[in-house]
Amino acid sequence: MLDIQGVSLEIEGDRGTEILKNISLKFYDKKIYVVTGPNGGGKSSLAKIIMGVYNPTSGKILLEGQDITYLSITERARLGIGYAFQSPPRFKGIKVKDLLKMAASYNPEKVNICDLLYNVGLCAQDYLDRDVDSSLSGGEMKRIEIATVLARNLKVAVFDEPEAGIDLWSFQKLAETFKNINQQYDTTIIIISHQERIMELADEIIIMSNGTISAQSERDIILAGILNTDDCLCSTKCAKGVGQNAECIG
Amino acid sequence: MLNALDKLMLEKVADLHEIPQGAFNIRKNGHGVQRNTTANIDIITKQDKSGIDVIVKPYTKGESVHIPVIVTEDNINDVVYNTFEIGEYSDVEIIAGCGIHNCGDHKSQHDGIHTFYVRKGAKLKYVEKHYGQGDGKGQRVLNPKTVIEAEAGAIVELELIQIKGIDRTNRETDIKLMGNAKLVVTERLLTYLDQEAESSINVELLGADSSAQIISRSVAQDNSKQVFYFDLAGKNKCRGHIQCDAIIMHNAVVLSTPRISAYHSEAQLVHEAAIGRIESEQLIKLMSLGFSEKEAEDTILNGFLK
Ligand SMILES: Nc1ncnc2c1ncn2[C@@H]1O[C@H](COP(=O)(O)OP(=O)(O)OP(=O)(O)O)[C@@H](O)[C@H]1O
Ligand SMILES: [Mg+2]
Repeated sequence: MLDIQGVSLEIEGDRGTEILKNISLKFYDKKIYVVTGPNGGGKSSLAKIIMGVYNPTSGKILLEGQDITYLSITERARLGIGYAFQSPPRFKGIKVKDLLKMAASYNPEKVNICDLLYNVGLCAQDYLDRDVDSSLSGGEMKRIEIATVLARNLKVAVFDEPEAGIDLWSFQKLAETFKNINQQYDTTIIIISHQERIMELADEIIIMSNGTISAQSERDIILAGILNTDDCLCSTKCAKGVGQNAECIG
Repeated sequence: MLNALDKLMLEKVADLHEIPQGAFNIRKNGHGVQRNTTANIDIITKQDKSGIDVIVKPYTKGESVHIPVIVTEDNINDVVYNTFEIGEYSDVEIIAGCGIHNCGDHKSQHDGIHTFYVRKGAKLKYVEKHYGQGDGKGQRVLNPKTVIEAEAGAIVELELIQIKGIDRTNRETDIKLMGNAKLVVTERLLTYLDQEAESSINVELLGADSSAQIISRSVAQDNSKQVFYFDLAGKNKCRGHIQCDAIIMHNAVVLSTPRISAYHSEAQLVHEAAIGRIESEQLIKLMSLGFSEKEAEDTILNGFLK
């Protein structure tokens, strides 16, 4: 279990704002969580706090009872935490196969690099020898990023908007892949997403806004709630069926 | 005639594990020590000054010429003039490394002036590797000058690599391209400690539809200093692209001056230049795969200089 206890994060700067405010969450083994909420709500910051990219200003993080609050990124990675970036960095002179081999190097099980690419909908023959640099399209880069996390044997895997830039055709495949690793390695999966179809994979959904958790519950309860809120201010006809410029006129 | 140290140096600069196949000329401490020619490639000692003429017959395909230079003594100041005649429609690779091992307290220097005539339709790949070692106080200095004239339809690929152990280098590369000639230059440079490196690459695109691409990547560490000049002049309908990228670390200094000049309305020239630290996102990504910070840094630099 990954246990986040009263974590706050303040980033120094001219604004000196609190990005995460006293967050407490428990992520239980083998479950799939989806974290959603408005842009700037603090979702990626929560992921970075879990991976150790940011250190909390206060609060504690425990992995299977072990306090990891002050462990480095490397140490957390070796304990079995993984993170697929929202905007993955590119590398000059490193090939797709090199990066995937690096990713798999701490996995005691033998990983087939070609299968990894297949699981994110890329043809191994076309991609193994390509450089992970700016020549890859946004969607290709995003899939390779996901593959680097799938390559590992993890206790906790965080995927930051994995569906962004991924075409609809591959979407279903990706969803199956998440289910599979969840079962194969008993990995606790945390997916940050804005997509209803991803939310359907979840055991539990967490809504974050303004650096706090505004709701957390079983999937169906949250989904029902999201679809029925009455504060829609759409200027065109939207999914909730609210009329044009409902409250924006006058 | 070659001892263990010589062999090590040859391995570093020319990837040679034994005496090479094909044509070669090995120069040691200012003198030629071993040579081989083939039916298609002749090597002749110059009469008027020190150096050799390498003559590749027209239509020679798939042969290579190794011309490594090793300097294993201090207080050597070797200047050599080599001329290469690459015959029409031939396709050859020339590997010209220079390795300096200096354990003494005096400077060891090698200045190679290389002139290439790449004839019509010929294809040349020229690799120049620099390597230095030895713990003496004497400086290891290399000042290569490369002049290339590529005739119509010639294809020239240059790899200029200096990764280790050279204290001072001043490299000048001047290239002229005729119609349809194509040039790709790949430069890789790593400096550290108090090393200084200066490189100037000047390309004139003279012929219609000639093209040039210069890709320079360098890493400057410690107190080292790098100075780059790139000059791409389009004097006809042509395409040229300079891409120079430097990673700067510690207290190093990097000065990069790319210049593009067009003398023709159909000259298309682009330059991109960037100097910066290793991106922290790259380090974080590799660390999140279990790499230590040092391993992550080495991996990124190795890839960058590959
Ligand atoms: N390093 C930083 N420096 C300054 N502000 C930051 C930093 N990182 C995050 N923030 C701010 O913190 C807030 C939360 O950012 P975060 O990236 O966690 O949002 P998010 O929920 O992932 O948003 P999105 O859905 O757009 O990805 C934002 O207002 C952002 O501007
Ligand atoms: Mg985000």
